[in-house]
Amino acid sequence: MLQIDLWKRVLIWLVCVAGLLLALPNAFYTRVEQSNDAVVAIEMKGETPERLEAAAQWPEWMPAGLVNLGLDLRGGAHLLAEVQVEDVYAARMAAFWPEVRKALMKERAIVGGINQQRSPADQIRVKISKPEGMARALEVVRGLANPVTSLTGAGATDIEVSAEGDVLIVRLTEAERLASDDRTVRQSLEIVRRRIDEVGTREPTIQRQGADRILIQVPGIGSASELKEIIGTTAQLTFNPVVGRGSDPDARAGVGNKVLPSLDEAGTYYTVEAAPVVTGEDLVDAQPSFDQNGRPAVTFRFDTSGARRFGDYTAENIGSPFAIVLDNEVVSAPVIQAHIAGGSGIITGNFSIEESTNLAVLLRAGALPAGLEFLEERTIGPELGQDSIDAGKIATIVAFVAVLVFMTLSYGLFGIFANIALMLNVALIFGALSLIGGTLTLPGIAGIVLTVGMAVDANVLVFERIREELKAGRGPARAIDEGYSKALSAILDANVTTFITAVILFAMGSGPVRGFAITLGLGIMTSVFTAIFVTRLMIVMWFERRRPKTIEV
Amino acid sequence: MRLRLVPETTSFDFFKRWKIWLGISALMMVVGFASFLLQGLNFGIDFRGGTTIRTESTQAIDVGAYRDAMSPLGLGDVSITEVFDPTFEEDQHVAMIRIQAQEDGESISGEMIEELNAALATVAPEIKFVSVESVGPKVSGELVQTAVIAVVLAIGAVLVYIWLRFEWQFALGAVAALVHDVVLTIGIFSELQIKFDLAIIAALLTIVGYSLNDTVVVFDRVRENLRRYKKKSLAEVLNLSINETLSRTMMTSVTTLIALISLYVLGGDVIRGFVFAMIWGVIVGTYSSVFVASTILLWLGVKRDWSKPTTPTGNQFANIDA
Repeated sequence: MLQIDLWKRVLIWLVCVAGLLLALPNAFYTRVEQSNDAVVAIEMKGETPERLEAAAQWPEWMPAGLVNLGLDLRGGAHLLAEVQVEDVYAARMAAFWPEVRKALMKERAIVGGINQQRSPADQIRVKISKPEGMARALEVVRGLANPVTSLTGAGATDIEVSAEGDVLIVRLTEAERLASDDRTVRQSLEIVRRRIDEVGTREPTIQRQGADRILIQVPGIGSASELKEIIGTTAQLTFNPVVGRGSDPDARAGVGNKVLPSLDEAGTYYTVEAAPVVTGEDLVDAQPSFDQNGRPAVTFRFDTSGARRFGDYTAENIGSPFAIVLDNEVVSAPVIQAHIAGGSGIITGNFSIEESTNLAVLLRAGALPAGLEFLEERTIGPELGQDSIDAGKIATIVAFVAVLVFMTLSYGLFGIFANIALMLNVALIFGALSLIGGTLTLPGIAGIVLTVGMAVDANVLVFERIREELKAGRGPARAIDEGYSKALSAILDANVTTFITAVILFAMGSGPVRGFAITLGLGIMTSVFTAIFVTRLMIVMWFERRRPKTIEV
Repeated sequence: MRLRLVPETTSFDFFKRWKIWLGISALMMVVGFASFLLQGLNFGIDFRGGTTIRTESTQAIDVGAYRDAMSPLGLGDVSITEVFDPTFEEDQHVAMIRIQAQEDGESISGEMIEELNAALATVAPEIKFVSVESVGPKVSGELVQTAVIAVVLAIGAVLVYIWLRFEWQFALGAVAALVHDVVLTIGIFSELQIKFDLAIIAALLTIVGYSLNDTVVVFDRVRENLRRYKKKSLAEVLNLSINETLSRTMMTSVTTLIALISLYVLGGDVIRGFVFAMIWGVIVGTYSSVFVASTILLWLGVKRDWSKPTTPTGNQFANIDA
């Protein structure tokens, strides 16, 4: 009657032992964490005596997976950024204009003179002096189109050319915009990742969210503003020819030119040509350094094509100024003294050492293709996190002890069985969390406490059922057996429904709420497992040994 | 000796005063809903955008001085509340500052926070910002939407599951109890003006899960007893089933409450609102699975035997009242 096959018994105990082993590292959190860090450091940077010593703090053959602590427990910064994908359209159009001009110039005889018109940033408008040549103009510009490089946009081309009277309009097609948006977000994601890696913080989370958003979580960083400084600047470096200099921000720039403020000198504005000679994309290296006066500066080096263009330009324009522009501000506008052939240069300005180091990092990692707007930011100080952990620990222990006492008082020996299962249950939750690399958040701790309360439910259902069967006059073995089989459907229904809500929470929630859903969901699985397998096995083993004539539940 | 929350055998008649119970529930739902409509919820920044800053300092907090120090910055609507908690140390003074969403841009700028810090340092030199959270209006709008979808989805999924496992009358009874619990929880949050943020949505969904847990256990027993006692009336079967499961219902509720109360008292102020919602949910959830779900089931009636037509529900109520 009360039989459990040997293989099942072995399997049940194996699961419990595995859970305990997986959960164990969390009891020595700091030590295991240091050891894990040291192991990674040895792999990356080689062995040193200190690292070996740190690594030896935790035996190699033991599981070393830890539960990740969420930002609300560890402290750190959380940012949700939206990539301003439209920025790219303007840059694309600006870069496309010279091509359009060249193509139309060749057809001068038919289309006449051409004149770029003011237009929204995401299109090019060209007026032609012979409207009757529009058909030819359209044909020529359409010939410049390229196929869209994406799966969904197969067969489409990247630009859309139309005419309004004597004005020819070029803009990006819908398919190209979609493809471009996707590329922009991917690229931004990659660059954000590179920038954060350069600073070398541990375990950052950098994920794409939805179509155009990036979620960034960095534990241990001082504040979200600090994080924003690293990733928030586009670091778009360009070298533009200078047309003029003045103090009027609204100066007439002329078509193809733009007015930019100076970074250091308030009230000074430069008019520069919009199309840059070289850009940050042509850089291969940037390092913080000092200029000849000992002030912090950044030295950089171009790749071969960048170096050639930069060399050609400086050779042709000796004596005229060019502007070093960073994110639409003129860092400096030196006069070209000589032909710069080597492809390397130096950016000077009123930098602090920290700023020059940051700028070098940004230039090295590459420019963000578009600006980021921050929709949500959270900073949690490490002290608050520690307070929360401490409070959570105490509350969990008190809750635990109270439930243990209550169960023992209510069900005697069977209550003790349930208590052992309950302790195993919490260990299993931690083991499972470590195994899947789940994150523990403050609501997650609440989830565990709630599971402690609810995990006894399955046992209670069984025990109450056994009581009823005993009352109905069944023998002990029969009562236990019936109790389990009859309570099973209630246990399953009750837990499946709660599990459904945990899944929905996980799917819809984010951050801390998701942490709660994870512990709740895992807690339901482990509590069902411990109630219908572990306690039962304990009761059966006890029963086999004692063979009591009567039992009291 | 064993601790018994409920006597070994009980035979309470839960439906003797069913009108009163349903009446109380309906009244409380109306009060809760009216409070929600009139007063509205005290939404946290998750749902209406803005910034909250948690400050800590060793000096006692003078809310007026804080306010004066901040007023030159022109931040619009600012609320400052001091936080008290038994887990704080002697000289640990915590305040929560909430600032409305700013006109320009989505989240608050780093310079703004530095300015604020400098301004507050004039009244409380050792002030520290232990956490700063800022949510732009764009995201908060979406969060509201997601939260509503999540709750509706959860209730819908449950409805379908119970319908599949039981009969449709059971599903309706269970969902009525869930709606009751959700409305009462939102009602008490609006009545007491406790901050309503994303975590509370998680609590709401847990309440949905918990209340259901209770309801399902009772219904499971009802289903079993309906098969066993073919002659008994539905009211008798329901009463019997609730009485039989009463001991378990109380045990589970009490253990869960023990755990939650220790978290409420000792878990710190950050999650107190969340835990409060759950405690409240466990209480109303236990109540509703007995007095709402089962009563509705009685009201709707259950088809006992597929070969016979359903007993008219009016008769059953007449029987109880007689």
